[in-house]
Amino acid sequence: MGALLQVADLHAWYGESHVLHGVDMTVGEGETITILGRNGVGKTTTLRTIMGIIRARKGEIRFAGRDMLSVPLHRTAHAGIGFVPEERGIFASLTVEENLTLPPVVADGGMPLEEIYDLFPNLLERRASQGTKLSGGEQQMLAMARILRTGVRLLILDEPTEGLAPVIVQRIGEVLQKLKARGMTILLVEQNFRFASRIADRFYLMEHGRMVADFPVAELPDRMTTLNKVLGV
Amino acid sequence: MADMVETTASGERSATAQSIRIGFLLAGLAALAVAPLFLYPVFLMKLLCFALFACAFNLLIGYTGLLSFGHAAFFGGAAYFTAHAVKEWHLTPELGILVGVLGAALLGLVIGFFAIRRQGIYFAMITLALAQMFYFFCLQAEFTKGEDGIQGVPRGHFLGLLDLSTSTNMYYFTLAVFLVGLLVIWRFVNSPFGMILKSIRENEQRAVSLGYSVQYYKLGAFVMSAALAGLAGGTKALVFQFATLTDVTWQMSGEVILMTLLGGIGTLIGPVFGAGLVVTLQHYLATSDFPVTIVTGVVFMACVLLFRRGLVGEFYASRLGRRLGFAYRR
Repeated sequence: MGALLQVADLHAWYGESHVLHGVDMTVGEGETITILGRNGVGKTTTLRTIMGIIRARKGEIRFAGRDMLSVPLHRTAHAGIGFVPEERGIFASLTVEENLTLPPVVADGGMPLEEIYDLFPNLLERRASQGTKLSGGEQQMLAMARILRTGVRLLILDEPTEGLAPVIVQRIGEVLQKLKARGMTILLVEQNFRFASRIADRFYLMEHGRMVADFPVAELPDRMTTLNKVLGV
Repeated sequence: MADMVETTASGERSATAQSIRIGFLLAGLAALAVAPLFLYPVFLMKLLCFALFACAFNLLIGYTGLLSFGHAAFFGGAAYFTAHAVKEWHLTPELGILVGVLGAALLGLVIGFFAIRRQGIYFAMITLALAQMFYFFCLQAEFTKGEDGIQGVPRGHFLGLLDLSTSTNMYYFTLAVFLVGLLVIWRFVNSPFGMILKSIRENEQRAVSLGYSVQYYKLGAFVMSAALAGLAGGTKALVFQFATLTDVTWQMSGEVILMTLLGGIGTLIGPVFGAGLVVTLQHYLATSDFPVTIVTGVVFMACVLLFRRGLVGEFYASRLGRRLGFAYRR
């Protein structure tokens, strides 16, 4: 498995404040990776820095061999990285279908609209509704669905299950399984252990702005005690 | 129309609501068609020109979220270009207006190119500054005839056939221009391009990270808005048969903001009503001793304090408006 995303010694700043202190991580082609960590250790910041939303950054980000540090934000998607932010970023003044068709298609291999509607029947039903009239779960699905249409190779998700009902969480898990089966590479930040252990191949544990551990899903049960201590849950 | 969406679930009710909305549309068109029988045609033509101007401005503030404080440059500039083309180059009215539109679009490209680099108040200030520079250019340039303006502009024959010198013919010509302009705006707003503009207005950074280079879209919207303002300005020059400095002053830029706010930002026909209100007040108060600016100022304050969505926006958001299937989406 070749590395699709290679991050080395990544630093990032919010103004004066130094928040990432040398993040190292590798995401292989087709892998699903989950970043774990306490609140405020820099998980979301890592995702936003990889995406290029945070520009005050230093180190190395290589995506499919290409140096991403010099790529402007509006070209990041075209390089093949799609981002679903925590707040989902659904456009309120557009309908569901307009939200779906808004992002530009950046590569072949994206899902056609019909397939997306097969995967998310709720969205088909509500395609003429205003984006923000959806429930939280539907919004999350819409935020994911619209990225799938674009044909990106790496899907970055920030806490996709936050604040959602268990049945919706399960639904999102199924969708991610299907995407995995299609060969999509997925990088997510997740607080929900059980959810993450069902879909992730590998975990990174983050503390104080850097990765402190990296282990495959098989080692999760053995590490539960340490993890519970580190994560404070 | 742009502002109409199917929100009611029950088919029958939404069908009724839709026929009522179509009824509104037809009634509006009919009213415009017979209006010159009851009202002074030049007043109506002025109203239509300003309505189109306000709609063009709304394209920028309502659908892209950019507040331009220099739209008079495009409106008044196009008036000069059209007047000059028709009077000195002896072009037909439609070609003269085309010259005005292209000139305004070019001006929009230049001003927009600099302005979109900044946001918010800085954007407004740059547009104001560049528009003021254009004002002084118009004051000094040879072809604008300075303080006198270009006078005695012939209306000519539309396509060489229809004599526009009678006010009835000119009225229907202006009405046609207005409707075409509105149709272009409607089409533009509901196109994929318009969708991207709305997404930029709502969450610019999100639009960027989805992969859009927003500068390009902002500039596109700016040029489009300038060109349509030019369409209104060029037509106005033919209606009044002159082009003067009044139309390029900063007060004119302020007036169009007022019209758009009064009518309802981000609704397709809101600016038409806003322009109607302002032009009517100006028209009927012009002969009284009472200063018009104070009245429009009071109306504006009332609008800001009492109905922030503007006349049409408030109607759309009201219970009746929602029942009829209108949606005020901001």
